[in-house]
Amino acid sequence: MSDLSELYQEVILDHNKSPRNFRKLEGANRMAEGYNPLCGDQFTVYLRLEDDVIKEISFQGAGCAISKASASMMTASLKGKTEAEAKALFDRVHKMLLGELDTKSGEHNLGKLSLLSGVCQFPARVKCASLSWHTLQAALKGAGGVATTE
Amino acid sequence: MATSTQSIAASNWKAAERPFDVWEIRKDFPILRQKVHGKPLVYFDNAATSQKPQVVIDTILRYYTTENSNIHRGIHQLSEQATKDYEDARKKVRQFINAPKEREIVFVRSTTEAINLIAQSYGRTFIKTGEEIVISAMEHHSNIVPWQMLCEQTGAKLRVIPINQDGEILFDEYKGLLNDRTKLVSVAHVSNALGTINPVKEIVEEAHRRKIPVLLDGAQAAPHMKIDVQELDCDFYAFSGHKLFGPTGIGVLYGKANLLEAMPPYQGGGDMISLVTFEKTHYNVLPYKFEAGTPNIAGGIGLGAAIDYLNRIGIEAIEAYESELLSYATEAILSVPGLRLIGTPSKRAGVISFTLDGVHAHDIGTILDQEGVAIRAGHHCAMPVMQRFGVPATARASFAFYNTKEEVDALVRAIHKVNEVFGSCRT
Repeated sequence: MSDLSELYQEVILDHNKSPRNFRKLEGANRMAEGYNPLCGDQFTVYLRLEDDVIKEISFQGAGCAISKASASMMTASLKGKTEAEAKALFDRVHKMLLGELDTKSGEHNLGKLSLLSGVCQFPARVKCASLSWHTLQAALKGAGGVATTE
Repeated sequence: MATSTQSIAASNWKAAERPFDVWEIRKDFPILRQKVHGKPLVYFDNAATSQKPQVVIDTILRYYTTENSNIHRGIHQLSEQATKDYEDARKKVRQFINAPKEREIVFVRSTTEAINLIAQSYGRTFIKTGEEIVISAMEHHSNIVPWQMLCEQTGAKLRVIPINQDGEILFDEYKGLLNDRTKLVSVAHVSNALGTINPVKEIVEEAHRRKIPVLLDGAQAAPHMKIDVQELDCDFYAFSGHKLFGPTGIGVLYGKANLLEAMPPYQGGGDMISLVTFEKTHYNVLPYKFEAGTPNIAGGIGLGAAIDYLNRIGIEAIEAYESELLSYATEAILSVPGLRLIGTPSKRAGVISFTLDGVHAHDIGTILDQEGVAIRAGHHCAMPVMQRFGVPATARASFAFYNTKEEVDALVRAIHKVNEVFGSCRT
């Protein structure tokens, strides 16, 4: 059962129950919709980007605990980051979710996001955790379309 | 003795002589002995696909070991044997659904392919711009999308029968939808997302009053109840082998001979022709006109073995056992705090769909899996049903005759565990 308690950590359950930055962002200049056709999870990520810096970020939508907590934690960790920093963070999170990052070493610089590392034990749930991040990428690209996990 | 079933003729097996013994039956399904995450497997995803009895597995193994060859063309022993076994399987299917003639049984890949065949062959020939096809609001995507494709190709229109909050077809609305432009009705016999048994006999009667043909999607009905296409009087009936304890990649389309005769082939190739020149090709007779290319021979023979197996248990005995199991499960599952059933029809088969307050279906699925309980979580390829009930997804437990009350208890314990993990609705 340790796998299960690593997946559903207190912090993750808390972000699921009380998601941060869970609203439509007035004055957003970037947004994208993300969709996981497998389970129907659907999120919109809003950004206010000024001089390459994420001044504001929020999200809205519905999904499982993992996808919602991941989206909430993402918004909490990206405010004030530059576009390049956000992309670098996405790469590290993605590697972590695939189990390709040593999260025990402490050199990953992921902060609380490392609590999502339990997801790598549940291959079927990696898409849940990465949905909001893919959506963020689409929003940064300014594509404005629909990002999917497929 | 349920394992030595192969030699017992179907007629010798009477429910009265051999009471339904689920523990004996379970011995026929080797996969059920497995453990998942260290817990005994509880398989409640039968609506997605069913498990296979040893006799089906053995039949496929025997076919490839001793008989493998191509059918309908070889002038040698193996081919003759394979052809005979494949055509015997067609006879078994005919008998199983009480179709009048063997040539009305077309082997396809799946229910999905059967519906696409009707849409593209019957639909493109007989349904014109402005004419209408009627489906219901509880259809699987495979009984929605082929019609949308047809509508795009022909300019026909799709009309949808609404359903009530219990997940039942609104019959008066259905009657109101039928008119002179209606050219086909296509509905599920049993809903895969809600378990509703639709009043298909009445649906057919109503359509026939206006001479409108009816296709029934029987994918979720055939594993749970006696199918009699003559009694239903439907024009087409489709179901899949893999949901009927047979192999994947084999399905059945039943069609009334006069309709199948009038339809052009769906695909071209070998086996579906009688004479080919570059000037003109003469098509083969039914059912081969619709069976282009080398078919799934092992699949067909495997499906025949599955039907033999079901006949030996008795479909009526299965129906009675499952009805009791479903009542037990419904009552047991409703004891869980925060649980809401999605779909509460008065007539239901095989499926319980539910949501849990504050917990997404996907999270339910993961936690249940850790307890060894396999269910489906998601939209069940029926997204319009989810929209109708205002939920993004449901958890679905679906049953077969090899499931037990003890397994239902394990499911209920596992759902309590979900509530524990999420710290809600503690009991």
